Amino acid sequence: MTRSPLNVSRFRNIFFAWWIVWAFLHCLLIRYYGFSLNTALIDSLISNGLLMGACGIVSNILRFYLPYSNRYIYVLLLCLTFSLLVNALGKFILNLSLNDPAFKEYIPFLANTYWIRLGIDFLMICCMAVICVLWYTQEEEQENRQRKNDAEKLSRDAELYKLRQQLQPHFLFNSLNSISALIVSNPGQARNMIHQLSDFLRATLRKEEEQWVKMEEELQSLELYLEIEKVRFGHRLSTAIVKDEKSGQMLIPPMLLQPVVENAIKFGLYDTTEDVTICISVSTENDMLKVTVQNPFDPETASPRHGTGFGLNSVKRRLYLLFARTDLVETSSMDHVFTTTINIPKHESDHH
Amino acid sequence: MKVIIIDDEPLARSIIKEYLQFHPELELIAECNDGFEGVKAIQQYQPDLIFLDIQMPKINGFEMLELVEDPPSVIFTTAFDEYALKAFESHAVDYLLKPFSRGRFDKAISKWLQTGKNISGKEQLGQLLKTVSSSPSEQHRVVVKLSGKIRIIPVEDIHYLEAADDYVKIHTREGGFLKNKTMGHFETILNKSQFVRTHRSYMVNITEITRIDPYEKDNHLAILKSGARVPVSKTGYVKLKSVLGL
Repeated sequence: MTRSPLNVSRFRNIFFAWWIVWAFLHCLLIRYYGFSLNTALIDSLISNGLLMGACGIVSNILRFYLPYSNRYIYVLLLCLTFSLLVNALGKFILNLSLNDPAFKEYIPFLANTYWIRLGIDFLMICCMAVICVLWYTQEEEQENRQRKNDAEKLSRDAELYKLRQQLQPHFLFNSLNSISALIVSNPGQARNMIHQLSDFLRATLRKEEEQWVKMEEELQSLELYLEIEKVRFGHRLSTAIVKDEKSGQMLIPPMLLQPVVENAIKFGLYDTTEDVTICISVSTENDMLKVTVQNPFDPETASPRHGTGFGLNSVKRRLYLLFARTDLVETSSMDHVFTTTINIPKHESDHH
Repeated sequence: MKVIIIDDEPLARSIIKEYLQFHPELELIAECNDGFEGVKAIQQYQPDLIFLDIQMPKINGFEMLELVEDPPSVIFTTAFDEYALKAFESHAVDYLLKPFSRGRFDKAISKWLQTGKNISGKEQLGQLLKTVSSSPSEQHRVVVKLSGKIRIIPVEDIHYLEAADDYVKIHTREGGFLKNKTMGHFETILNKSQFVRTHRSYMVNITEITRIDPYEKDNHLAILKSGARVPVSKTGYVKLKSVLGL
């Protein structure tokens, strides 16, 4: 929501200073017509207090209902309505408070100056309205510009991530290097790894086009990925994948879990020297698919305060775009184990 | 001549081993799984040449080299690291891109046998380390060695830095650690909105400051949460005030 100009202390000060000056002038003018200071003060405070209130209300109304361009007639009507209201109310209160024999000259004076008062009130409220329309238009524009910048930055990041995701150069070249080593020492395993790598790359390429895939398929490509990492790192990596019967048939956005598992490998395997186990468990709870990925981490080099990186942020963003919910990804760390939990609401076409 | 291989992937080591069989003049004396083992092995065996992977757990290849007092000749091996490749190119240091052929490997060895053992190789390596230690991956931690043990200090844990001859003393909650670097180096790698050079010989983590007291003419003292008192010069005070938004 845009700020009102009256929320900015500089403008608020100017606003109040203006009313003090204006009330003072008003007071002087009434004195000039020969009324007592008391009468002049009461008249000035009541009329200008009401006018100031009306200006405040108009500013707030415009904050929520800024007219479209060329509809400024509504603003004029609004100002006219408020000036009539202020005048009627002012006349009523002044009549009540100064209706005393001591002020008998005042009541006709009040009636005589009705049109002048109305005119001044109308001009004042119009002034306030013009200032507010200019202010809010500018604020809105600034907000739009900010939003546009944010959106552009996000799409740029996403594009970069997608490129990296497609290539995964580090993973790819290291896998090829492992195959190169195996060709001499263990040709059978080398061939096996070429098949795994091809299947994984094919799955990555194909899935870009599809909207939703079965959990089973997603798990298969994750397993391929983990198998390749196992060949690279030998006995250091072991995996535990648990899933319940129902979950395999449920649908999820493709490659949603890949960045999560990559993250687990990055902190769990690339950045530790001990043997590690990466656990993936998939279950269904109240029509929600619940996926947890657990990896050990080294608190010395990968303290959680360094953030979760772009990998997990992209998962959060995708889930937000799909389900408009921000509570679907949770992370926690305990006893040097980092846990990522992802909840995926049921997709409509699950029934078919 | 003695050779050591340092790589966290067993298969990557085995391929170098395989290629080394064709170079009987080179004797493989150790294989290391990570940078920690690498530092130990280099000190123990004083090799003539090491094959060094860059991406390794906990400390990377460059950080490992910084911990070695008199590093041997290095042939870097890496799969993909744009930042490092640029540094290699600009400092004419030899490297092997995985997967590499035996032909490429032999070429690197013969180049090293011809030229690598002279002094200029060492100088290039020093220059290279200077460049890469300002790489993004090394900006959130500092690796130091204290009585043989390697410590990784996250930059948030640094209270202040103090120049001490050719070293910089890094003060943390657990005491001071010496690092063979200049203050200028830390000034380039540390986040300028968190670390301020308050004095020719001092740099302070502003999140640690509790108050700033006047001290002698034109000078100030920053009092840290730990109770340490860090000198602030006249120009340092101006910098400190602008970073703190005073």
